[in-house]
Amino acid sequence: MAEADYPEDLLYHPEHDWARVEGDSATFGITWFAQDALGEVVFFEAPQVGASVTKDQPYAEIESVKAVSDVVAPLSGEIVEVNPALSDSPETVNEEPYGAGWLVKVKLSDPAEAESLLSATDYEALLS
Amino acid sequence: MTRYTSVTEVDLREMLAEIGVESVDDLFEEIPAGLRLDRPLALDRGLAEQEVYEELRTLAAANTSTEDELSFLGAGMYDHYVPALVESIIERSEFLTPYTPYQPEISQGGLQAMFEYQTAISELTGLPVSNASVYEGPSAVAAAGYVAKLHNGRGRFVVSRGVHPHSREALATLAHGWGMRVDEAPLSVGATELPALDERVSTVIVQQPNFLGAVEDLEAIARAAHDAGALMICACDPLPLALLRSPGECGADLAVGEGQTLGNRLDFGGPSFGFFAATEELMRRVPGRIAGETRDLDGKRGFVLTLQTREQHIRRERATSNICTAQALNALAGVIYLSWLGRDGIVELAELMIQRTAYAQERLGAIDGVTLLHSRPVVREFGVALDAPVERVVERCREQRINPGYRLGIDYPELADGLLIAITEQRTRADIDRLADVLGAAVAVERRELAGVRE
Amino acid sequence: MSNWFTAAADDGLTIYERSKPGRRAFAAPAMDVPERPLDELLPAALRRAGPPRLPEVSEPEIVRHYNRLSKRNFDLDTGFYPLGSCTMKHNPKLHERVAALPGHAKLHPLQDPARAQGALELMWRLQEALGEIAGLPHVSLQPSAGSHGELAGVLLTRAFHEDRGEVRTKVLTPDTAHGTNPATVTMAGYEVVKVGTDAQGNVDLDDLRAKADDEVACLMLTNPSTLGLFETGIEEIAAIVHGVGATLYYDGANLNAIMGICRPGDMGFDIVHFNLHKSFTQPHGGGGPGAGPIAVSDRIEPYLPRPQVVRCDHAGNGRWTTPARPDGGEAGGRAGRAGEPNFDLDYDRPKSIGRLRGFQGNYGVFVRSYAYIRSLGAAGLREVSEVAVLNANYLLARLRREGVLEYLPAAYERLCMHEFVLSGAPMKRELKIKTLDLAKRLLDHGVHPPTVYFPLIVDEALLIEPTETETKETLDHFSEIVAEVLREARDDPAVALGAPYTTPVRRLDEAAAARRPVLRQRL
Repeated sequence: MAEADYPEDLLYHPEHDWARVEGDSATFGITWFAQDALGEVVFFEAPQVGASVTKDQPYAEIESVKAVSDVVAPLSGEIVEVNPALSDSPETVNEEPYGAGWLVKVKLSDPAEAESLLSATDYEALLS
Repeated sequence: MTRYTSVTEVDLREMLAEIGVESVDDLFEEIPAGLRLDRPLALDRGLAEQEVYEELRTLAAANTSTEDELSFLGAGMYDHYVPALVESIIERSEFLTPYTPYQPEISQGGLQAMFEYQTAISELTGLPVSNASVYEGPSAVAAAGYVAKLHNGRGRFVVSRGVHPHSREALATLAHGWGMRVDEAPLSVGATELPALDERVSTVIVQQPNFLGAVEDLEAIARAAHDAGALMICACDPLPLALLRSPGECGADLAVGEGQTLGNRLDFGGPSFGFFAATEELMRRVPGRIAGETRDLDGKRGFVLTLQTREQHIRRERATSNICTAQALNALAGVIYLSWLGRDGIVELAELMIQRTAYAQERLGAIDGVTLLHSRPVVREFGVALDAPVERVVERCREQRINPGYRLGIDYPELADGLLIAITEQRTRADIDRLADVLGAAVAVERRELAGVRE
Repeated sequence: MSNWFTAAADDGLTIYERSKPGRRAFAAPAMDVPERPLDELLPAALRRAGPPRLPEVSEPEIVRHYNRLSKRNFDLDTGFYPLGSCTMKHNPKLHERVAALPGHAKLHPLQDPARAQGALELMWRLQEALGEIAGLPHVSLQPSAGSHGELAGVLLTRAFHEDRGEVRTKVLTPDTAHGTNPATVTMAGYEVVKVGTDAQGNVDLDDLRAKADDEVACLMLTNPSTLGLFETGIEEIAAIVHGVGATLYYDGANLNAIMGICRPGDMGFDIVHFNLHKSFTQPHGGGGPGAGPIAVSDRIEPYLPRPQVVRCDHAGNGRWTTPARPDGGEAGGRAGRAGEPNFDLDYDRPKSIGRLRGFQGNYGVFVRSYAYIRSLGAAGLREVSEVAVLNANYLLARLRREGVLEYLPAAYERLCMHEFVLSGAPMKRELKIKTLDLAKRLLDHGVHPPTVYFPLIVDEALLIEPTETETKETLDHFSEIVAEVLREARDDPAVALGAPYTTPVRRLDEAAAARRPVLRQRL
């Protein structure tokens, strides 16, 4: 994705991760800023389905040619699905960080945590 | 000015003026006065090239090399013939003097050589992922242990007593830092006897052939390890792999070993190289440099260092290893040697060794007072027990300018009467016959002395 | 990279692609023993089904193949190689000749010490020389490379603390540290804690004081630092670290700046490692071999790896004694001639951390390094460091004169030592090319680029180390080349962005190589 983009309908974590909340489930991924800083993504070390994630803690690693980055959980819960497309095409994270490049789907343990996350506007303010 | 620098008086004046200081001393003014060395280093004055050569020659003359005696010493490094084309290639400036290939566009020679080497090691070990070298055999075993620990997080190593003593020691040294426990599996009539394994065992480590020269049943060992959810690491000798079922085929997860026999000199123990191969599953934990194939902007095939995120310069404290400089030139010698041997040649070499080893076993086993340590299959090395003090027998052989082998008692107190004999393609039938004669005579004399009969 | 054998003429095949069934280079010696059936010697269940698929080529093909490959490599004998932190100095040609002497090259590592006196003496003398250079008397030559020496050093630290009944969990490293330092810390079972760098490029003493406590086992440092700057507060650093009972470790990668001028032992370091493939001219070999010997203080000596090379002097009573043994004990009962020293391998070291590798270390590397030290002597080694520092400062001054520093300013406004760091951040902003692009364009000018993107704390870093074996003309030429690349970028940044153009391959797709790794030829 060539141009910086931060969709309004998502919530953002200062460590450059986003969450799409739907009831008591959420999808996580990394933001445009994160994929741009990393460069071409070559590998996503996915966690196991069933593993628990904790808000603000790293739950996986994502790699480009020259860098490794922790992926931080914006919210707490249990992993119910890992994006299967990424093992063959990790570069999807660069091309569609908010769409096909999603990382994991999580059943939330405490949906109220979402209140502490940033809006698109606040996240963009953080970046500048 | 020494012969390696070039700063003339004129140069110096111009350079100091450009920098804007009065003297070279000014460049060091930030160093606290109290730390400045106030005397020259206590080293002898520098010598002319021919004087240095003379000194190194004198030191060399005080060493008994394999050119000075008929040697059957093995135990981890072997006196093989290295063809002349190896040194003619590795002495080339373009291979000898560059650094690790961080700029791949101008390092395709080295990178392609690594790729060719990795292919050869994969083929010999039967495992798909080979790196471009580690330091040598024993530290490769320790590094493999580290991979197992990172992989399954379990707390114990089970290591066969048949693994080279130096490998077991190197593993123990490092395992201490990781808080891992090392348990030893004993040898019984030359073969590893695995204890019952449980879920605390991270990996089983064996050597093929083992230190006593015996060929182990790798498949059974791998099965036992996997049944317990542990990995299986095989430290192996590359030339016998021409004949032996590969560690990968037998179920090993990691195959590592000493590469000296592949085109490298003895050099009193180094430099040589260690090879390191793994399953696909362990690919991202493999230490060291790995070359990978890719294309350039114009679509031309090229090679690069890849999976660098495993390594220290990127992953730092989370790296799979701290290794930076490895043994690239020695690995290059290895792949040249393997190309020289070739597909049929390596088999012929191994068959020659196994036949001569069998012959040597027969001749020595027939000597009164000499018994074979075990009857397991061997390829290029075997142990005997002497019914006479081994040290004295060896000394008698040395007087005849024969080095009959390695005294097992040095590392194996339970084999204090043992001698380990190595056969390479350099040891002819005539050499073996001579060994049998001299060793036989030495044993006979020592037995008589032991029995109190004057010689 | 001009060579009349052009890239276009090179077919780029691998040795496997050149293979043809039946071709061979090897002729086995004759089978001179009675042949027994293979099944008898090695049951079929233990044997591989078919031969390993190694190449099938003749000798001329092998020679031509690897010669062609070599011509696709840039090397130090051919051109300037200012790779910071790597000390790419000339490799004297004498060294290959002496290393190849059969008395050295064909010596088995398990040869009886009495018949390897030349080798053991060489190792002992090398130890003594390195100890003198470091200012720390006890040396082990065993580690195989710098990182291996670092690992030894941290394991020695662990043994030191454990011997005192202390459990320490952390090791401090500066944020400018080479990646091997934190990687080593983890491998040795410790936690890494980073210490900051101040605005002058020195270790931040306040940050160090805050982080140095009795959980800290060690501080790993290099001096000069990876920024090429002398750590002026080193005595205070040593006081702080020793004050909490921790050890001070010296990464010898930058030793080329200070030989004969000052010594890490005098600065207060407990453990030093040397990179023999840096300051001591072991050729880099495209990625090794090297060697990483260590020198330690008296209090660390008991833990050194086993075996140690020792010198024994005849005590006149048929027994040997070793003056260097701290417990005054005797080394093995080897009889010898009165008045002659004897060199031996001492395994009797009860507090040793054990082995780090097989046998005695990379002896072939010791031969070359020893020849170097004997060639240079005290005055020559001091001159190495003086000229290394002179050349670096001169190069910095010339780059300044060429206007290069306007786009690539020095990261710190201080006298540099043997290397210096520039930041390509202004160049990126104003000329729209990054340090990487500058490096790639330099390839077209027939020089190896400096180290890029290290140390991490400098944005768009370019670390330049000319070494002492380069002429003034080479340094002048390099400055002019860099200036020209910048001028060209001002006119048209696209040129550098697409560089290199004249190398055997152009920029390679590293992402694809990492995403779908192809690590061996499909056979």
